[in-house]
Amino acid sequence: MAKVWVVLEAQDQKIKKVSYEMIGLAKQLGDVEAVLLGSGVSSLAQEAGEYGVSKVFVADCAELKDYTTAKYTRVLADLIQKEKPEIVLVANTSQGRDFAPRVAQRIGAGQISDVMDYQEGQFIRPVYSGKAFFKVSPCACPAIVTVRPNVFPAAEKCGGSCLVEEVAASFSADDLKAIVKEVVKQVSTRPELTEANIIVSGGRGMKGPENFAILEEMADVLGAAVGASRAAVDSGWRHHSFQVGQTGKTVSPSLYIACGISGAIQHLAGMGSSKVIVAINKDPEANIFKVADYGIVGDLFEVVPMLTAEFKKLLS
Amino acid sequence: MKIAVLIKQTFDTEAKIVVKEGKVDPSGVNVIINPYDEFAIEEALRIKEKVGGEVVVFSAGSDKVTESLRKALAMGADRAVRVELDGVAVDEGVVAEALAKALGEGNFDLVLTGWLAIDDRSAQVGVRVAEILNLSQINMVTQLELADGKLTGSREIEGGMEVVEVPLPALITAQRGLNEPRYPSMKGIMQAKKKELKVVNASDLNISAQPKVEVKDVFLPKAKEAGKIYKDDMAAAVSALVKALREEAKVI
Repeated sequence: MAKVWVVLEAQDQKIKKVSYEMIGLAKQLGDVEAVLLGSGVSSLAQEAGEYGVSKVFVADCAELKDYTTAKYTRVLADLIQKEKPEIVLVANTSQGRDFAPRVAQRIGAGQISDVMDYQEGQFIRPVYSGKAFFKVSPCACPAIVTVRPNVFPAAEKCGGSCLVEEVAASFSADDLKAIVKEVVKQVSTRPELTEANIIVSGGRGMKGPENFAILEEMADVLGAAVGASRAAVDSGWRHHSFQVGQTGKTVSPSLYIACGISGAIQHLAGMGSSKVIVAINKDPEANIFKVADYGIVGDLFEVVPMLTAEFKKLLS
Repeated sequence: MKIAVLIKQTFDTEAKIVVKEGKVDPSGVNVIINPYDEFAIEEALRIKEKVGGEVVVFSAGSDKVTESLRKALAMGADRAVRVELDGVAVDEGVVAEALAKALGEGNFDLVLTGWLAIDDRSAQVGVRVAEILNLSQINMVTQLELADGKLTGSREIEGGMEVVEVPLPALITAQRGLNEPRYPSMKGIMQAKKKELKVVNASDLNISAQPKVEVKDVFLPKAKEAGKIYKDDMAAAVSALVKALREEAKVI
């Protein structure tokens, strides 16, 4: 069986959900081992064993407290060259997509980016903003595969334990040149867009920044994130970091509720892979209804508060 | 300051994708400079306007790419280099090596590019070039400052922002938010015609990389079945929708 590695991603001393999703995919590909980098993360390694990982390599040292490209690349490239896994899965997150191509280049590997499915030995990835898909195979070993969060079912807990191997990390002066000056966390009780299970999104039909309050209210009832279309961002109603679409975030939540969004191709590109799409728009001809699983033709200022009240009743 | 910008020509964002004989058919499609690469061009021009120097634009591709390089020149870049890859089997590693070798002797202090091309969405070539040329990198930058030979870039991370400082030489990939790209002026368009546009053949670059991944097939997404649309009585619509989300779709 192929040796498949999962580069676990952890944040605030917790293994992120996408890591378990990668373990789930890795089990379809071969024998699963994992790698964990960070400072004070050793205790998390054992957790992966409960999900069917046979061995976890842990590089736990003070230098790895802050993520930087060069440090992660050093540790991972050295380790991959020594242990020779055939496939290395990396989360397609701000961190994973930063180091993966660098590691791939250093070890002379190919990379398949932003994979959303695996069928008959081929990885499937969206291109042209989800307007088409490529079926891609690696033709050399090792291969790096970056995996889109929120798409693959997470591995189930199956008990068991794993071997934990401590890895000594050593860095050159070059590896330590980049310095993380500051990490600014948005103070938000809502989940991050790309990680959210449910997203409530607003477009031009919101008519102004103040009206996003009704979407925020619905989002808080559902534990959802709030997104925006390019029209809303370009109008200055929401910060561009909340934009969903071709030049914004690509999201794959279980439920995407589009309010006052016409459904331009550029928006569909960012949310078309959502499992269930709900559209609320007063224009029955709006393009968004073509991709919606459910829709309400009506005034969002009337519908959204009613919907929020109904969700509240159901979930309280 | 010597600045290189790596750009890619892509389909227009509104382009309809047609698959013909297992490949995406480019005929009749409008092409543009990849929008993220436009942010990179703009940032390079702003830095040059501040500290002086030269901006050189690179792109790998056929003669058709010339049009995009001319546009970059019209925006204000000083000269352009097209890397002709005709007859070369490519993947991201091969393109990165070709571009890195073309950049090679240039002694650039700074390389800028978009974080992703909207066509194949691999988000690899820029970072691979940084690795080949041993440059520090800051990826997906929304704000950039240059002072005392160091770059400070803000980059988006999940749920926040990270501020990273790297020494020059470095490679920066641009994310939306970095700037608003300018339109070429009429004067810029006229001047662009006289600016140097050099063509380098891949065969002269001694590329050693071979493709390591292979695209086996291209397919279009299945058309979605028509959804359930509720209208007229809003109260009934809302309760029917919530019921469907709970019992049928099982998402809440």
